[in-house]
Amino acid sequence: MPFLDYKGTQLEVDEDGFITEPSLWNEDLAKFIAETQEDIKELTPDHWKVINYLNNYYKQFGIAPMIRKVTKETGFDLKYIYELFPSGPAKGACKIAGLPKPTGCV
Amino acid sequence: MTKIANFPPATLEWKKTNRGLHIPVPEMDEHASAPLTCYPCKAKDMQAIALPTARVPQWETRAVEKLQELLHKYRGLQVYLDICAQCGACADKCQFYLGTGDPNNMPVARANLLRKVYRYYFKRMERFAGAEAEPFNEEVLREWYTYFYQCSECRRCSVFCPYGIDTAEITMAAREIMAAIGVATKYVTEVVAKVYERGNNLGIPGPAWIDNCQFLEEELKAETGKDIRMPVDEVGADVLLVMPSADNFANTDTMMAYGKLFYALGVSWTTSTYANEGGNFGLFLNYQNMKKVNRRILDAARELKVKRVIWGECGHAWRAAIYTNTLNGPMDFLDPPHPVHICQFTADLIQRGAFKIDKTANDDVLVTYHDPCNVARAGSLLEEPRAMIRATCNKFVEMPANTIREKTFCCGAGGGLLTDELMPIRMAGGKPRAEACRATGATYLATPCAICKAQLPEVMKHWNVGVKVGGVHDLLSKAMIL
Repeated sequence: MPFLDYKGTQLEVDEDGFITEPSLWNEDLAKFIAETQEDIKELTPDHWKVINYLNNYYKQFGIAPMIRKVTKETGFDLKYIYELFPSGPAKGACKIAGLPKPTGCV
Repeated sequence: MTKIANFPPATLEWKKTNRGLHIPVPEMDEHASAPLTCYPCKAKDMQAIALPTARVPQWETRAVEKLQELLHKYRGLQVYLDICAQCGACADKCQFYLGTGDPNNMPVARANLLRKVYRYYFKRMERFAGAEAEPFNEEVLREWYTYFYQCSECRRCSVFCPYGIDTAEITMAAREIMAAIGVATKYVTEVVAKVYERGNNLGIPGPAWIDNCQFLEEELKAETGKDIRMPVDEVGADVLLVMPSADNFANTDTMMAYGKLFYALGVSWTTSTYANEGGNFGLFLNYQNMKKVNRRILDAARELKVKRVIWGECGHAWRAAIYTNTLNGPMDFLDPPHPVHICQFTADLIQRGAFKIDKTANDDVLVTYHDPCNVARAGSLLEEPRAMIRATCNKFVEMPANTIREKTFCCGAGGGLLTDELMPIRMAGGKPRAEACRATGATYLATPCAICKAQLPEVMKHWNVGVKVGGVHDLLSKAMIL
């Protein structure tokens, strides 16, 4: 299992760099993942709107929300979400928000 | 890895001719795709799906025993291994060979990876006569793990085989043998484990499923002004719909279309939080798990006391569904005919005039249709989706004849390949479909399979084809007057 070197501690991540223990997530770690893995230098309030929505939804339901809900709840269209998170809502945004990677037929 | 970034070779010319799509064959490039393998399975997932959590002791012997068991159980497998004349008619028919140029992706060569082991242990005379034979060892296992997971089990090759050898059966046997000794991919095993834990491939828990359905009801209300329901776990409904869980996650237009369809017909229906997945990744792994995943659907149908099960827009669900009678049946507690695919159900009702349809609602798109390998080649649904498109759209164009119907190309990610670590293989394998689509100039590519719906947008983006990908029912949904 690969590890992420975060502030001197070794954080377990899966092969695609998603943290395996979502309870260890915090805002500072989100910034760290965004910068080191997704090449997003600064998280703007719009980024945070998506990240917090994803993270809260996951805490409530144990799964990522459907894309349609993300666009509706944040008020951002899919194109803008891709501008915010170039690798997409399922990969980039979920990774930064500390969710496991959605897999299946998606 | 530089080679991988380049394939398929950029110099090849793809064009539409009056004989169909001209599909250039690449130069052979040995081991071009050898470095691309799936992430290995995790012990926790293997445990959840009743497979060995690590490589079993004496795995070489165990694998040969498993092969022997399969040869006895599936006579077809032995026939396929015996009768191949190595003529090579299949060689340039596989999208993964066309894409990578790696000779091990020629169906005949891929099958030979198993055939040489079969000869070594079971065909001594041939072996002494000088035919290629090799004992099962680490090196052979590595080849198997690589190339049997670069095959999407789509069976295009078998259409062109003069003997009708079904190479997918050989891939399935090899994967079954590997699973028996504790070797499988993370993607496939993780998905099967999620079905047992949460009822569906995506791992959507019951409360989230219900929340999704309520949300879509609100969306439908906003769109149509009608109270269209998306029922969950309703005992006594007429129809249990088993769709890919991706329809209630990513392909929401298709999911909403199901709701409108049943609303227009006045048919009571439900989904089940126990079996909210038609898709069957057991099919990509081994017999026992395929059977166990499929059985959940009939268990849910009994529990909910429905009269009929309808399979949604999914390919591998349908391939497993058509085995249901012998796999988990009998299905005689349900109304015949069974099993029923939603495209059969809808096409029949359209023909009988059950819907008010305004075809001009789809005039903004030029539609083409991608036959998913499992829906078309494995599942015989060639006419129904087309009938639906013709009834709901004015502008429909077919892709070149050598790329559709039973000769359809796989999207490039079926059979358990829809995972990111295989992205170069997926894009290479998706190229024939991309070029065929480009040749039509279509702006909407309809397809009734969630894997195709996830893979094809990436393929079209990668190969620069400007087309939107969506479901077949999405078109009906747009054109239906409620």
